[in-house]
Amino acid sequence: MPSWATLMSQAFNGLALGTLLALVSSGLTIILGTLGVLNFAHGALFTVGAYAIFVIFQYTSSFLLALLIGSLFMLALGLLLERIIVRLFYDRPHEDQILVTYGVGIVLVEALRTGFGSHAQRVRLPSWGTGVSELGFMMYPTYRLQLIGMVAALLVTLYLVLYRTSLGLIVRAGIDNPGMVGILGIDVRRTFMIVFAVGCVAVGLAGMLYAPVVAVSPDMGASFMAQSFVVIVLGGLGSFPGAVIGGLIAGEIIAITSAFNSAYSEVMLYGVMALILVLRPQGLFGSEGRV
Amino acid sequence: MEFDRRRLVLGSLAGVSGTALSGLPAFAQGSQPAKLGTFPEGVGADSVFVGLTIPLTGVFAADGQDLKLGYELAIAQINAGGEIPAKWGLKGGGVLGKQIRYRVADTEGKPNVAVQAATQFFQRDKAIMISGSVSSAEAIALEELASREKVLYLVGVAGSNDVTGKNCQRYGFRTQQNAYSGAKALAPVIAKALGKNMKMAFLVPDYTYGHTVYDSFAQFSKAEGWRQVAKEVVPLGTSDYSSALLNIANSGADVFVNIAFGADAVASTKQAEQFGVLKKMKLAVPNLSGFQDKELGAEIMQGVYGTCDFWWSLGSTNSLAKTFVDTFVAQNKYQPRWGAHIGYMQTYLWALTVERAGGFHPVDVIKAYEASKAQPYETTLGKVYFRAEDHQMVRPVPVLVGKKPSDMKSPEDYYDLVALVDGESVSSPPEQFGCKLGPYT
Repeated sequence: MPSWATLMSQAFNGLALGTLLALVSSGLTIILGTLGVLNFAHGALFTVGAYAIFVIFQYTSSFLLALLIGSLFMLALGLLLERIIVRLFYDRPHEDQILVTYGVGIVLVEALRTGFGSHAQRVRLPSWGTGVSELGFMMYPTYRLQLIGMVAALLVTLYLVLYRTSLGLIVRAGIDNPGMVGILGIDVRRTFMIVFAVGCVAVGLAGMLYAPVVAVSPDMGASFMAQSFVVIVLGGLGSFPGAVIGGLIAGEIIAITSAFNSAYSEVMLYGVMALILVLRPQGLFGSEGRV
Repeated sequence: MEFDRRRLVLGSLAGVSGTALSGLPAFAQGSQPAKLGTFPEGVGADSVFVGLTIPLTGVFAADGQDLKLGYELAIAQINAGGEIPAKWGLKGGGVLGKQIRYRVADTEGKPNVAVQAATQFFQRDKAIMISGSVSSAEAIALEELASREKVLYLVGVAGSNDVTGKNCQRYGFRTQQNAYSGAKALAPVIAKALGKNMKMAFLVPDYTYGHTVYDSFAQFSKAEGWRQVAKEVVPLGTSDYSSALLNIANSGADVFVNIAFGADAVASTKQAEQFGVLKKMKLAVPNLSGFQDKELGAEIMQGVYGTCDFWWSLGSTNSLAKTFVDTFVAQNKYQPRWGAHIGYMQTYLWALTVERAGGFHPVDVIKAYEASKAQPYETTLGKVYFRAEDHQMVRPVPVLVGKKPSDMKSPEDYYDLVALVDGESVSSPPEQFGCKLGPYT
């Protein structure tokens, strides 16, 4: 049995991982909820984000500026992908959408491999993020604390966009009843394009923020992709609050299980997912029959 | 065709006389089945096919890519013939006059994918030999399969003691030192540099490689008076090491022994720095990953002790190594890491052994490998041979220490070669890890 101190610090780690999973999954879930497309390129977009900050941070001394430029890049990439590929698949079966987005993911990852090679790249910590902070009950890397704060701020921003703007109103209406939104004369295509791009920015930002913590390599997105699918199943497909709560739950499951035996952390995650599917098939925040 | 036949006869005569000279009994040619594995279908009129099973994606992709370039360089040189293969002792262009054809399959570093790829090489391409791995788990799966199919398998990157220990196979051969040799070579050197009676904390990836490297390093560092205060076991491909690192940071250790490999080594070391572990502790890496130097940078790697299969500065003392390094750099524009060296060396040694055996019959080739103690190979590492008992190569072990950034004379001058430890003195006894080679046929 691990000590209380270990469990406390693991709960904290779970929070860091959980907020990040929440950000990754919210990108996935708003695209799924609005467009009805399960975006299998999501893991690759996470990786693209990490490489974006790797490149941009070399040219600017400011991490925040690099984040901003990186976000604009992800926005442009998202608009482009929606316009030239994803849009053509809205009326096609789900299998086709999965295949094409999966293919886009492979192309992105292999393009990165061709351009940068397979080795891990180093993204240094921002100057204000180095060192370790004393929290009283434990020492914790300063950047990870800031990471929790930055991701939380991004999630709040996303919440405000979705719940306090007219775009958000259309998106949420689109999730509930896309047909009706079209009938009301709202330009659904433009909204779809923006939603897809916003989803890309969300996951790209997660990749950018996480890049200084991990080894940035072409295959880094794969595990996040799988975990974020679990998160949206837990939280309810297409639900933004579901993605946030699901992300936090998943992060805690992984972290707390790791304190006992890290080999079982993923097993436990899938176990909980299976349990939720049995007890509440629509997920914690999902409504029945949606998506 | 007559030319080929004559060469074959001449070659086999040379092989037989070679072993006869060494005092071993000549091969029992008559008792072998004429057909075995992919032999003789796999031997074409003017070429043979070789299947390379290499992780080009996943955690081990960087080392895999390096390994691939090593194979490709050796194959191109052997096929072209001329001065370089002649220096290794090969007779002319190709192997016994046959060009090597090859194909690379991506194993993703996963044993099941590797086995699938190898099966295709056997069935579709009639591969006469397969080679490659960047994970001991993968290597063990492949040597088992190859032994069942009676096709030669040459291990790529794989450090676990089990590969030539309890999982050893008649059809598998390894050039890389096992974890035992690496640890035995490293422990006295690192204890001399850092001091006796150190406390150490281990980070251990949870698969055969991690466990055997841990066992061996723990064993030999204890002999130097070192004491273990923490051991954290983590799954392969973990992206977040925080729980393990928190425990290590609080363990009060003097040395952080990081056994994670490939991209895992980079992620875990980077996070260790962020958790303040590297400020409190010296880092030791019993078996350095190929690109760990470049991926982590000299700032972190300075003063880090470790071993590996090969480091490019060996070119300054060995002419075959120099040729390897120079031709590799000319072609690929970077200094080869030890993955490339394994691919290069395995290919050359295979060609040499086939020529010694005088043909591609797997039993003849295996017996020629097994007879190499009496007739050692002259290589990039000096004189080496494979043990008949477990197919582990007995070879010198380079011990390296990371240079300070200010001491580096070129961008890839990351390490000082502290010692090239004699292979015999650090080899495990052949029976130590429970090797029982299977039958020839």
